[in-house]
Amino acid sequence: MTGQAESQAWSSLKGAAALAAPPLAERKRRTFDWRLLLGFLLPVLIALLWEAAVHFGIAQGRLVPPPSRIVATLLALSETGELWTHVWATLWRVIVGFVIGAAAGIVFGALSGSIRTARYLLDPTLQALRAIPSIAWVPLFILWLGIFEASKVALIAVGVFFPVYLGIAGAILSVDRKLVEVGHVFRLSRLKLARRILLPAVLPEALIALRSGLGLGFMFVVAAEFMGASEGLGYLLVDGQQMGKPDQILAAIIAFALLGKIADSLLVYGTRPLVRWQDTVRERL
Amino acid sequence: MLNLEHLSKIYADGTRALSDINLSVHEGEIVALIGGSGCGKTTLLRLIAGLDRASAGAIRLDDEPLSGPHPAIGIVFQEPRLLPWLTVFDNIAFGLDGVSAAERKGRVHHALEKIGLVEHADRWPRDLSGGQQQRVAIARAFVTNPKVLLLDEPFSALDAFTRASLHEHLLGLWEETRPTVVLVTHDVQEAVTLADRAIVMQPKPGRIFDELSLSLARPRDKTGLPFESSVRRVLTALDQSLNTPHKQPQREKDRQAAALWW
Repeated sequence: MTGQAESQAWSSLKGAAALAAPPLAERKRRTFDWRLLLGFLLPVLIALLWEAAVHFGIAQGRLVPPPSRIVATLLALSETGELWTHVWATLWRVIVGFVIGAAAGIVFGALSGSIRTARYLLDPTLQALRAIPSIAWVPLFILWLGIFEASKVALIAVGVFFPVYLGIAGAILSVDRKLVEVGHVFRLSRLKLARRILLPAVLPEALIALRSGLGLGFMFVVAAEFMGASEGLGYLLVDGQQMGKPDQILAAIIAFALLGKIADSLLVYGTRPLVRWQDTVRERL
Repeated sequence: MLNLEHLSKIYADGTRALSDINLSVHEGEIVALIGGSGCGKTTLLRLIAGLDRASAGAIRLDDEPLSGPHPAIGIVFQEPRLLPWLTVFDNIAFGLDGVSAAERKGRVHHALEKIGLVEHADRWPRDLSGGQQQRVAIARAFVTNPKVLLLDEPFSALDAFTRASLHEHLLGLWEETRPTVVLVTHDVQEAVTLADRAIVMQPKPGRIFDELSLSLARPRDKTGLPFESSVRRVLTALDQSLNTPHKQPQREKDRQAAALWW
């Protein structure tokens, strides 16, 4: 009798402790850590120094334009609407290439991860293809698909495919056998096992694979636009080089950085509700 | 009634994990399988759960031969094995697939009340302590109303206080439907606290060494003399089971040497 009372006291004590803990953590998350701003210090300082150096005539700033001129170029480009045409062209290529590449990567990754025979059949070939630097496909894609959009999108899709394929197959292979056994105990069919246990279990790793795929998509869009494009941020880069306009090159680079970061953040925040349950040390990366 | 007949398990590498196990467990009985490590307790439980296949012999539940996981058999593992992406409520409801939403809600809520975690229903497993997680795992096994419940050292990773409280929770749930329970443990106290019968097992190959009846009245007084003497009986049997064959000749030799001396 006393044992029972004691144990109940224990469990309610623990319950109270568990209830008290989360609000603390939430409060911690809400207060802003000003040290985060330290990250801005170095680049801003360097930009200011360079601006001053050019301003006071210590440096010419012809090949390395001062920040003010880069900003002015960006503004001018966006005022004429030119910037948005280029941004949109690049973004469209990345989106189409990413969707095709990621979809193929998910399908092949799922096959190779969950069916042993499929793995033996597919994986060696795909791994061999992966060893080829994706840029090496460019001449072939141009011959096959022409110099317009199709060859560019194909190159991006190839670049996106491999990290997604590897990530998905690896995630499925590393699903905890112990959780799968829980599904067996409750006699789930293969389909239900996939839906109720495998799919949620691979989700976090799958999202990371998609993120690295998206990153590579932005890498390959530049390569694709180098091979001959009349619009796109990559075209701005080439044009800036040929016309001797370093400020235009830097403006395009900044646009790339912003675009990549925004796309990545959209992917992360858009999928966060799916992996809210994760017990990870760091909430964001 | 759960019957094990001439059950053997030989692993692919030739290890004989179990050899000729014969055991019947009555309806509503709690049986504890106890023994040193490597005596095949967990293997035996996995065979009954249908997670592994026996090399020879048969398992029958009410004369129905079992092959593979059975809806009337539930299991609680050594680790909670909760699905981290489901809330506590959904974890408990995991096995209630063909049940109407209203009834599922009622049954899960009742189980939550029984394990004292009602206010945690909407939390993720990561927010719970180890003991709370194991309570959820026990509730998940109980809500499907299994005829047989298998427990694979479910309390071994917990501290003594939590373990004692979980014993109470387990018996509380058991009282309601009185399923047959097969409990694997290496803790003698735990066996005597929970079980009606202790089966002492012996390793290499895993086999049944001895059977002890623990017919003490419930609720059991852990400080009383009958409890103490039961613990001692099980400990003695366990000791004998662990004595390796070549240890006894040594003692015998000593005795002979002593006899010569005198």
